[in-house]
Parts: sequence; C-alpha cells; structure tokens
Amino acid sequence: MKTPLRAINWNRLEDEKDLEVWNRLTVNFWLPEKVPLSNDVQSWATLRPEERELTIRVFTGLTLLDTVQNTIGAPSMMPDAQTPHEEAVLSNISFMEAVHARSYSSIFSTLCLTKEVDEAFRWSEENPHLQAKARLILEEYKAGSDPLKRKIASVFLESFLFYSGFYLPMYWSSRAKLTNTADLIRLIIRDEAVHGYYIGYKYQRALEKLPEARRQELKDFAFALIFDLYDIEQKYTAELYDGIGLTEDVKAFLHYNANKALQNLGYEALFPPAACEVNPAIMAALSPDSENHDFFSGSGSSYVIGKAVATEDEDWDF
Amino acid sequence: MGGLVYFSSASGNTARFMTRLGLPAARIPIAPADEMPAPDRPYVLICPTFADGEGRGAVPKQVIRFLNDPDRRALLRGVIATGNRNFGATFALSGKVISDKCNVPVLYRFELSGTDLDIARVQAGLEKFWGTECLTMA
Repeated sequence: MKTPLRAINWNRLEDEKDLEVWNRLTVNFWLPEKVPLSNDVQSWATLRPEERELTIRVFTGLTLLDTVQNTIGAPSMMPDAQTPHEEAVLSNISFMEAVHARSYSSIFSTLCLTKEVDEAFRWSEENPHLQAKARLILEEYKAGSDPLKRKIASVFLESFLFYSGFYLPMYWSSRAKLTNTADLIRLIIRDEAVHGYYIGYKYQRALEKLPEARRQELKDFAFALIFDLYDIEQKYTAELYDGIGLTEDVKAFLHYNANKALQNLGYEALFPPAACEVNPAIMAALSPDSENHDFFSGSGSSYVIGKAVATEDEDWDF
Repeated sequence: MGGLVYFSSASGNTARFMTRLGLPAARIPIAPADEMPAPDRPYVLICPTFADGEGRGAVPKQVIRFLNDPDRRALLRGVIATGNRNFGATFALSGKVISDKCNVPVLYRFELSGTDLDIARVQAGLEKFWGTECLTMA
C-alpha cells in the first residue's frame, strides 16, 4: 500500500509555536519598495570614498549570507521538519531571505555606481574570511549531515554572523546618515530575530527527547562552532573596520550577539558582560523610540504605584 | 518581600531566567485549561513580549487572562518585561502595555533569558523595591 500524500491542515496543530511564528512572520512581511531609499542619496554623497567602499562591501557580505540561507539553509532544514507546519514556516523563512538579499541590490541601485558595486561583489568572492565563514556553515547544511547540527549552524548564521555587517548601518544611523537604509536594515534585523528564535526553539524541542550524552555532544559542538566562527569574524571585522577605527566597537557588538545566538539555542552566555558593553549609540540605533529608563537601572527618577483599573479581554489588542 | 509571578512560552527563555534568579515564583500555565496561580500577597509580574511589527499582541493571552481577574490584578505592584532589542521600538513592549493598563511601574527590561548582569540587577532591584513598598504601606 502506498503512503497517502498529506495535505497540510492548519486547524490541527501539533505545535502551537508553528502558527504563532507563521502569523508573526506573515504580519511582518515587507518589501524594499516600502522604504524610501532615495531619500538617502544626499547623505550617501557626504560619505568619504573609503566609507562608501566599506558600506558596499559590508552589504555584499550580508547579501552572500542571505543568499546561502535562502537557497540552501532554510530548504535544507525542511526534510528535518517535525510537523508539516514547520515546513511551511521554513518556506516563509527561505523566501524572506530572498527578499533580504534582494534589498541590498535595491540599496545599491539607488545609491551606488554599477562599477563600485561590481567591484564589491568581486571582493565578496575573493575575501577569504567571508568565504570561510559561509563555507563553515555550508558544511553543516550538506545532505546527510546531522539535522540538529544544521539547526545550530542556522541559528549562528541568523543570530551571530550577520552582525559584523549590521553594525555599520546602525553606526551611520547613529550619526544621522543613511537613515532610510537603516530603517530597511532594521526590518531585516527584526526578521532574523524571529528566524533565530524559531529554529532555536525547534532545536530545544528536539534536544528534550535525547539522552544526556548526545545532548552534551551537541552542546560541545555548538560551542566549538561558535569559537571557530568567532575566530573568522574577528579577522573579517578587523579587515573591514580597522580603516575607520571601529574594530573594537564592532567586536563588543559581536560578543553581545554571540551570547544572544547561544540563548536562542537554550545555552548560557559565552562572553562576560564586560566584553559585551555595546556602544549605547548603537543600541539606541537598534531599538529607537524604545523607552530606556526603568526603576532597577536607576535611570528612572520616580515611579507611581497606582490602583488597578477595570480590564476586560476586549481592552487588550490581540 | 512580595512574590513573583511569571509567564514563559514553550521556548523557555523566561523560565531559564527564573531558574537562575533563584527566587520563589509562580508560573502562569501555557495551556488555557490549566489552573492559574492565585497570589495571596503583592507580587511583581515577569512577562515576555510577542508583539508583531505594529506592536499588536505584545502581551501573551494567558497573561491577559491572568490579569483580567480583579483579585489577582489588585495585588500586582510592578512588571519586569523581556524581549529582544532586534524588535526595535516594540522591544519589551508587554511591560509598557501592562504598566499603562494596570497603572504599575515597569521595573526592568531584559533580553531573551537575561545575562548575569540582569540577574544581579533584578535581585538587587526587587529587594530595594519591596523595601520601598513596605515604607509606602506603613
């Protein structure tokens, strides 16, 4: 007897998280045309030639990672999916990575000369560190490799490897430059957070069913891989940012994001708090308009203990 | 010292923070059918954020159900919100929504399962907060 082909039924969920994340991703859907990139033309002209070259290179590096995740990373995890809904979410993740990769070309066509861009794409093919980090991830995406190691690699790509690149548009934004480009990058950063969260969540679900020895093996693998990736990232960062003196600042941002990537997998932080003190201007650029005072940090001057107000389900926006 | 109530979805980020915090705390269940905690003294709520790009749906439904009960809500004194700064303006938005709705202060915000620094700040902050709370009551 043949096994019947199964149609996906979204009204019979095995994992509520699948629908929650599907809804989040589809509501957050966007295209680069939504962002008025042409408003950055004047700002782009104020950058020095070496700053423009750096920016284009950083964006080709990000494009490469998005391309890998779009065409290989997300599809490679589909056969490992535990539910049909997980496969559907992965197809969304794959497509959004294509949108991200496509967005950088929108930035290029709006701001840059074709010749500069072609040169940067050539640079991305020849840069040993960029190629090395992509290859290290691809090694885990290969057919026949361990499905859980593949998820670890995917979370590190989405939650760690992008950040040596994301730093730069946040830096420009903190100096009131390329602010529309930064708005677009923030949309990408938001998506990557959901991707890293979801794949990290699926990883933890799978881990729960495994014996302790296997769990320890995977944890050792994860920490070894992030060390190897960090080693490459340091070199990549120095090569890009030494020229404008920002390498140490970027590295604090890398440490902070490496810790968050590990948290997405359910692991403790690797880098101590002192190594993760990200420039406050970068943090503010990352989450603008987010109120930044609270009682425990000592930055809020006072607080009010009030009386409760009547609250019904309908009062809440969900 | 007052109590702690928290919610953590199946991802377990907040639950991992609570384990490391090491203070007694009641968990709001993930399944709507399971029994809600019934606090009998003032408490601080620790709550993750699930907002979309427009900020909708920031407060988990189970937390809303918990707070919709007047007796439980009356004992709420403050909120600690979690999230991810990658979400920009909606980072830890559940704290602001609960603060506005229930007229209690946002005491602290942290990312994902928190850092060691976050643990230390919340431990010290809660101690100070409940001290102040006692003075206010007296």
